[in-house]
Amino acid sequence: MSTLSTKHLLGIEQLSRADIELIFETADNFKTIINRPIKKVPSLRDVTIANIFFENSTRTRVSFELAEKRLSADTVNFSSSSSSVSKGETLIDTVNNILSMKVDMVVMRHPAPGAAMFLAEHVDAQVVNAGDGTHEHPTQALLDAYSMREKFGSLEGKNVIIVGDILHSRVALSNILCLRKVGARVKVCGPPTLIPKYIEELGVEVEYDLDNALKWCDVANMLRIQLERQDIKYFPSLREYQMQYGLTTDRLERIGKEITIMHPGPINRGVEISSEVADSSNSIILEQVENGVAIRMAVLYLLAGQANIDE
Amino acid sequence: MKKKRPILDSTQIDISLHRLALELHEEHGDFSNTAVIGLQPRGINLAKTIHGILGEISGNEEIKFGELDSTFYRDDFRRGDKVLIPNSIELPFSIEGMNVILVDDVLYTGRSVRSALNALTDFGRPNRTELLVLIDRKYNRELPIQPDYTGEAVDTRTKDRVLVELDGKDPMVWIVTEETK
Repeated sequence: MSTLSTKHLLGIEQLSRADIELIFETADNFKTIINRPIKKVPSLRDVTIANIFFENSTRTRVSFELAEKRLSADTVNFSSSSSSVSKGETLIDTVNNILSMKVDMVVMRHPAPGAAMFLAEHVDAQVVNAGDGTHEHPTQALLDAYSMREKFGSLEGKNVIIVGDILHSRVALSNILCLRKVGARVKVCGPPTLIPKYIEELGVEVEYDLDNALKWCDVANMLRIQLERQDIKYFPSLREYQMQYGLTTDRLERIGKEITIMHPGPINRGVEISSEVADSSNSIILEQVENGVAIRMAVLYLLAGQANIDE
Repeated sequence: MKKKRPILDSTQIDISLHRLALELHEEHGDFSNTAVIGLQPRGINLAKTIHGILGEISGNEEIKFGELDSTFYRDDFRRGDKVLIPNSIELPFSIEGMNVILVDDVLYTGRSVRSALNALTDFGRPNRTELLVLIDRKYNRELPIQPDYTGEAVDTRTKDRVLVELDGKDPMVWIVTEETK
């Protein structure tokens, strides 16, 4: 197995376990490269990549851009606030205009679920999904699983809880799919209003009590409350949420075991996670960010490498 | 019909490797400022064997040893029919100002050595870089690259394949030719 089974990265759903392993192994090589004095290789020097962001982003955007630059790709950046989208242009028109300037790959974030798949079906370029609404965020899930693999060696049989706004989180969905594919056990935890119905069908269990979930898990992945996506009130107040589902030193001391703490960012300190926990030695939040560049380099490298291979 | 013909048997390989090691010893003395670097994937075993012999004959047990992968520097990325999958890099020392001996099993078109030279540049500026190969396939070069130390030079046709087996009990080097009738 030495190619991905897909020409685009639209979601974890389309990846096989072998695909995920291949991305991890390739990322190992890139991690070596980004830790040496010269952090750049010439692999993608004849590839141009457009980063199209219709939603705000700091980490993902910087991470993709660094990954592209360290692979020597040419990049163009585009965000909806400063573009003709505000003048009424459609998504396909916008992207086709960019592609006619000889762009090979598109990295896109969009508020509509399914936007990446829609684009992949209608334009002649390789598409990487950098988050489509509440649907998927595949590179985040890959870097999360990769960071856990780095810590534990293998994810087989490891217990992971995902805590918080599961309903609005593309990170949660992609993480569940990815972790299940690599053999980890997953529980989701949060207020009943923020847990989607039928989520058990993805092979996860639901736990409403954070203490019970923490007693069970090896890793706790804490999610942000996505207030910008919440059209109605799902819980009485942030203070009450923090009391029920906030991860604090007191709570961890009460549980009394080593738990690896993760967070995809951006962190709302003092809400889902306290500052002491976020900055503690069990937190691998900054390792996640570092691994993000290596994972994105691996994804772009593997996709670009098979662009001209006929299926 | 494919035909497999031996070029070197285990005794000949052994003699060649010892001769190469002595040549290196003559050139590099006690190897205090010299590193042996195998090229991934097939130069690694050869480099390890040479490194071992060098340790014995020079008395220096701490000759620097590295493994270099040049996948990301190759010029056929996005041009062939398969994705190029990288191997690991192990260079736990600075090559700045050192004499570097690159080791590979077969020198053919010279393209992988070209990519290895580029990869090496990204780790520092060696004082001098040399190339050691077990088999030199003459008259097949596509770039102006020649070895400094050669085990055996052979004439081959483009369709032929040179098979180096160093892993097993009985090391052998074969040439695999396509029979034409």
